[in-house]
Amino acid sequence: MLRLEQLEKRYRTGDLALKGVDLTVPDGQIMALIGPSGAGKSTLIRCINRLVEPTGGKVLLNDLELSALGAGQLRRARRRMGMIFQEYNLVERLSVMENVLSGRLGYVGFWRSYFRKFPQSDVDEAFRLLGRVGLDHMVDKRADELSGGQRQRVGICRALAQDPELLLVDEPTASLDPKTSRQIMRLICELCGERKLSAIINIHDVMLAQMFAQRIVGLKLGEIVYDGPPDGLTADVLTEIYGEEDWEATIRKVEDEDDDAGGESIESALEDARARDHAAAVLDRDRVAGIT
Amino acid sequence: MADLAVTGARRWKKPPFIQSRRLRWGLGLGFGIYLALVFSTTEVNWGRVAEGVPRGWRFVAAFFPPDFVSRWDAIAQGIAESLWMTAISTVVGIALSVPIGLGAARNLAPKPVYYFCRGVLAVSRSFQEIIIAIFCVKLFGFGPFAGFVTLSFATIGFYGKLLAEDIEDMEPGQAEAVRATGASWFQWLNYAVQPQVLPRMIGLGLYRLDINFRESAVVGIVGAGGIGATLTTAFDRYEYGSAAAILLIIIAIVMAVEYTSGYVRKWVQ
Repeated sequence: MLRLEQLEKRYRTGDLALKGVDLTVPDGQIMALIGPSGAGKSTLIRCINRLVEPTGGKVLLNDLELSALGAGQLRRARRRMGMIFQEYNLVERLSVMENVLSGRLGYVGFWRSYFRKFPQSDVDEAFRLLGRVGLDHMVDKRADELSGGQRQRVGICRALAQDPELLLVDEPTASLDPKTSRQIMRLICELCGERKLSAIINIHDVMLAQMFAQRIVGLKLGEIVYDGPPDGLTADVLTEIYGEEDWEATIRKVEDEDDDAGGESIESALEDARARDHAAAVLDRDRVAGIT
Repeated sequence: MADLAVTGARRWKKPPFIQSRRLRWGLGLGFGIYLALVFSTTEVNWGRVAEGVPRGWRFVAAFFPPDFVSRWDAIAQGIAESLWMTAISTVVGIALSVPIGLGAARNLAPKPVYYFCRGVLAVSRSFQEIIIAIFCVKLFGFGPFAGFVTLSFATIGFYGKLLAEDIEDMEPGQAEAVRATGASWFQWLNYAVQPQVLPRMIGLGLYRLDINFRESAVVGIVGAGGIGATLTTAFDRYEYGSAAAILLIIIAIVMAVEYTSGYVRKWVQ
């Protein structure tokens, strides 16, 4: 369980990014954090693993006070929190496998990691994770050879290789096309379900947030202005979070889901038709990774 | 629409780089006056230049044919010394400049370390190789050891500064991601920083090797050993044929290093 108590962050410029945020995320919950740019979403999740140092309040992960740890203890605590980024943030000149194994850095000594001699169990787990996201045929490809969706899947594997209790996800879909966005969100949520992880997902796309999250928190100018179920996001609530706008098209409708299902089946039919083609095998693998 | 028709198309001009009209024209005029003064006060004695042309030509002609044979032993020894000096000073210089370069990167080192390392780099860069070489020859006596120390010291300033700047320019996102995994500082260096800067640093290392070889010929002139010493001796004895041979060998080696480094740089990208 993650608990934030009166979390406050004031940047050196004097801007108060977080104004005493109280928030509790129970185990296994997928929480979407929405809000306009500059509301403090990125600051909030970075204050949890202290990539950004909070200036006030407490962060507690299972009663361990993260905000009070020394450098060595903080490193150990960071292993328990996987992070996924908007720009994927893979180390581009390292291979897919090295990127995934970098999730194990907190668990192995320097020389082992230097010579890339990770324990066999770590390597097995990395292969398993890459297989799960449909990328186990690309282990020795360099990260900068991959497409956006593939990179984000490697990013997910790196985060999960840490064997975390909590996922901190910062705009995972902002650099991806709509279809890949859905696949990535689905993948994150499924993996969280399989491993009973809780997750905080910063996301701009309100519709995606409603589709995949169990709980939505709206942040505005460093304060929580909405905390409730996805269905509770009415036009009034969105106006409260983002400001005046015509929200009718954004709010989830049941028909949207049906349309989506139809689209997927047409695509899978198309892919089946191409299945004899050699290239289709690869495509299919990508697709399966997103849908399963 | 009526409005647009009356006023016509709106004009646009690129705003000038210097806003104030007076300053802009003043600077232009000042620069013109400076150029006029420079050219009107530079004295060239065209008579002497005319006399000097055939003398210069005789000097160049004396280089032909290059004589590789009569002083071959001295040349071979000088080349060997220079190559030794180049290789070892590049390796030692780079080895020393890595910690200093890390310390001189603002995004890595705490303030006191940063200022200290920047200071070391500034000192190393502010002296020309010749000046350091004169000092080292006084300190260690004539010979290639003085040259080796000189070139190592100069390499620190060059390589350390470029390494520090490359680290400062790295992608912060990748570094942040590796830090978030709970990696230790050295692991972070190895996984996030090194892959980002290594290809460029290999290229610069080869470039420095090339520079060090050329400099090894120069520092020899003040007594720090190597092919430069052989070259001065040849000039002192008016053995222009041997001097020409040495120059040709230097050109050949520099070109060889140049082509190799270009190839390696492309390969490591």
